[in-house]
Amino acid sequence: MVSATMLTAEAVRDALAGVMDPEIPVISVVDMGIIRDVAVSPDGVTVTMMPTFSGCPALHVMRRDIEAAVLRLGAEKVTVRVVLNPAWSTEWISEEGREKLRQFGLAPPPRHAGDPASVAFFDLAECPRCGSTNTTMRNAFGPTLCRMIWYCNECQEAFEQFKPL
Amino acid sequence: MDAAVRDALSARLLAMADDELVLAHRNSEWTGHAPILEEDIAFTNMALDELGHASIWYGLYGELTGEDADRLIFFRNAGQYRNAQLVELPRGDWAFSMVRQYLFDAAEYVTLNHLKASSYSPLAEAAAKIATEESYHLRHTGLWLRRLGLGTEESHGRAQAALNVLWPYARQLFVPLPNDDVLVEAGIFPAAGLLLNEWTSMTRSHLADCGLTVPEEALPRRDVDRAEHTEHLMALLAVMQSVARLDPEAEW
Repeated sequence: MVSATMLTAEAVRDALAGVMDPEIPVISVVDMGIIRDVAVSPDGVTVTMMPTFSGCPALHVMRRDIEAAVLRLGAEKVTVRVVLNPAWSTEWISEEGREKLRQFGLAPPPRHAGDPASVAFFDLAECPRCGSTNTTMRNAFGPTLCRMIWYCNECQEAFEQFKPL
Repeated sequence: MDAAVRDALSARLLAMADDELVLAHRNSEWTGHAPILEEDIAFTNMALDELGHASIWYGLYGELTGEDADRLIFFRNAGQYRNAQLVELPRGDWAFSMVRQYLFDAAEYVTLNHLKASSYSPLAEAAAKIATEESYHLRHTGLWLRRLGLGTEESHGRAQAALNVLWPYARQLFVPLPNDDVLVEAGIFPAAGLLLNEWTSMTRSHLADCGLTVPEEALPRRDVDRAEHTEHLMALLAVMQSVARLDPEAEW
């Protein structure tokens, strides 16, 4: 057990790299790009995070898991702040995060220059199984708020894509 | 913040939060009942999105008033709700729910567009966040209206009948609240008349593309105060609040 004053922001970030998204358990909150700031002071640790989709039920779980992970480091007081500004974007998912999504079977969100609607309905998703872009969108909504449903015309199987935001 | 501004803004935020909450609840009634599985998934997602947006508006309201969202949602009676009647009407058939959602999405679209530039930064930030999610809704319901309006005689007839009922109700979304002028002056919230104009031109043009006719507007008879409700809201609240009211002190 170390005292809170000895904790560094880096150590907190390392610990957060082990906190997984409960709905996509291969990707951490750090890879998701939702950690906005980590501040360590003698009064405790403050982690500032951004919600992905505002109605996401996993938000509460992530918040709790973040708090628990920092407490395990020995911090005496942890505050998790949720801010809406700037609005989170799928552009902030790390390269490693995108690769982990693909291996998990979820096509990563298409890249966009700040305008997700411009790609959400027009870019073809790449099938995470066979890599084909001979695919068809079946539903802009999926089993969670952050997923769309696609169909691969090569594999002839459905797959999901992380929804661009 | 000046007390007059705070009162006016909290009234506005409560109206926005209640609209989203009640509509989310109505839409959730389709879960397990939508005409096809894909739509069941889509509409359930949209209901959850609206619930998320409601929680953001209740949060901003709570920052100004100190009130707790769960208390507000589960322990107010119908007369204390400030949602428009549009969102409390029973879900009707699929066309009715789609037309309602489209009219509401379009209203949100024009409102959020202005709110992004609100001088009250928490409102501007929330609007920017919500707008990214809402773009999926408007596209979805806009396409559904096209499918229904230009589909079969049956689908067209149902969509037109829904529009005839819903159009006058939708106008209530744009009735100014008593102290809105304070907000307009402070650059916090746009004038209701401006939003109504933008919404009307947006929806009229799309509805025409869908082969649907906007009903005569001679009688804007639904421009009532937001404290007035139909009996349907009471029935909705009875379902929504029943569990929480069984044990008001329970911790969830």
